[in-house]
Amino acid sequence: MLKDVTLGQFLPGNSPVHRLDPRAKILFLIAVIVYIFITSNYFSLAVVGVFIILIMLLTGISVKLYLKSIKMILFIVLFTGIINLFYGRGEPLVQFGFLTITEAGINNAIFVAVRIALLIIASSVLTFTTSPTDLTDAIERLLKPLTIFHVKVHEIAMMMTIALRFVPTLLEETDKIMSAQKARGADMESGGLAKRVKAIVPVLIPLFVSAFRRAYELATAMECRCYQGGTGRTRMKSLHFGRVDFVSLLVCLIILAGVILCNVFLPAAVR
Amino acid sequence: MEEFIKVENVYFNYMSDEGDEQEPLSYNNVLNNISLNIVKGEFIALLGHNGCGKSTMAKLLNAMLLPTDGKVIVNGIDTSDEQHRYDIRKTVGLVLQNPDNQLVASIVEEDVAFGPENLGIDPKEIRRRVDEALKAVDMYEYRCHAPYKLSGGQKQRVAIAGMIAMEPQCLVLDEPTAMLDPKGRDEVMNTIKRLNKEKGITIVLITHYMDEAVQANRVVVMDSGQILTQGSPHEVFSNVELLKRHRLDVPQATELMYRLRGRGFASERMPLDADECVEMLDSMLKQGKGI
Ligand SMILES: Nc1ncnc2c1ncn2[C@@H]1O[C@H](COP(=O)(O)OP(=O)(O)OP(=O)(O)O)[C@@H](O)[C@H]1O
Ligand SMILES: [Mg+2]
Repeated sequence: MLKDVTLGQFLPGNSPVHRLDPRAKILFLIAVIVYIFITSNYFSLAVVGVFIILIMLLTGISVKLYLKSIKMILFIVLFTGIINLFYGRGEPLVQFGFLTITEAGINNAIFVAVRIALLIIASSVLTFTTSPTDLTDAIERLLKPLTIFHVKVHEIAMMMTIALRFVPTLLEETDKIMSAQKARGADMESGGLAKRVKAIVPVLIPLFVSAFRRAYELATAMECRCYQGGTGRTRMKSLHFGRVDFVSLLVCLIILAGVILCNVFLPAAVR
Repeated sequence: MEEFIKVENVYFNYMSDEGDEQEPLSYNNVLNNISLNIVKGEFIALLGHNGCGKSTMAKLLNAMLLPTDGKVIVNGIDTSDEQHRYDIRKTVGLVLQNPDNQLVASIVEEDVAFGPENLGIDPKEIRRRVDEALKAVDMYEYRCHAPYKLSGGQKQRVAIAGMIAMEPQCLVLDEPTAMLDPKGRDEVMNTIKRLNKEKGITIVLITHYMDEAVQANRVVVMDSGQILTQGSPHEVFSNVELLKRHRLDVPQATELMYRLRGRGFASERMPLDADECVEMLDSMLKQGKGI
């Protein structure tokens, strides 16, 4: 049951998005996140939205999977949306007791919900189309300049690689331990919050113990495979920042221009 | 024959740093005066009880552990020579028992590349080695899969490929089949035998399964940190009394013939597997011998 998590899952493929350099994709994502937050009216939001949806379609991955990722945090989307609904100033349109809904409130709610949904889609595009190793590799290379400040970039990237590698293993283990505890009569599905939290403890302790044992064994295995840190290490797959990558970043800049133009010259609809 | 790995009068105990004064040294020793020569191209099976020091022995062979006393020499290099530690680990690859905790990357081929990458090999050469290693263990079609989606036997074969990609001259496998079902065990055993025959890689296989041990050239039996007996599978398993006295198992076919002997069956040899046993019984019954 814990294995159905789609967020952060790599789906191999051969679309233009898959083939982009992972560094370009990370920069792209950062840019798009900035765009999402600087939009100040429906027109600029539409520009960013259409852009993200086009890229999403370009990945050739079923839209259902993207919807599934949104569904996982649907609660947050709705919750923040609804909170915002009551947060606008101006003429009340509807009134329930002390809660008032204004036009600005409705706009805010739509805006926030769409922003979060777009964020999820954009980050799903990155994680769906990039293998975890490529991702950590790209982060390692993007952060490389920080080594002059004695940041242990290679170690950070290696930790991320291993963490990503062990997520499914530990999830599977959690499932197993939970079944084992249930078989011993543990009750995890009923009772109040306090009782449920207490029921988690007998799952967490074995999980931690086993995680440490795994870590110890993994360290031995890595030493057996001559791991000596980042120095003198080569990589099988080298990254190529090619023409397509530059062009894609250029497109990104054009979109930025579009967003700014919409923000400045078209009437602001929010706040 | 070519000298390859030499274990000379090795003692080992895990508390060597503190040194327990109260008890005499021999009580704490996990390995007690072990000597063993391993020749290039050999296939050795290492047997023994739980806790008799097999895994410790394996880790001594690739300088993961250093002997408290005595020497381990690989290709003329002493394992305690710190400068050559990684040369030794490159020469003697150790595959551990649980494949789940040995795989580092989230994609099979990237995991296999981990070792060669650590050695600082040229990317093109790594690619070649990874492909070759994956083909050697028959996992090439799975190169883009995620390890957690593989079966236990497949994972273990990926772990073996990860070692082969470093092109070691010797593979030490610590109970590689312990967690596998019969099919997974067959897959791994066939892979090991093929590597030994086709690539000439020296194999040291630690196992609790007698039917795996009989496939080796030489069987070494350990008991409480010492070598109890060694020789060809036929030599070792013919000595059923000795093994029984130390409460060790023998292959089923051998056990059967041993018991039949007890009932007056006059077999001159001890069979090692079912086929051999059937042949022997068949010919004996046809000759009307021993009944
Ligand atoms: N890290 C350690 N620290 C202290 N003692 C250890 C350590 N590892 C093993 N030992 C002890 O050393 C002895 C030999 O252990 P070893 O793991 O070599 O046995 P083994 O023959 O591999 O057994 P098994 O068949 O169960 O794998 C055991 O008595 C064990 O308790
Ligand atoms: Mg062991």
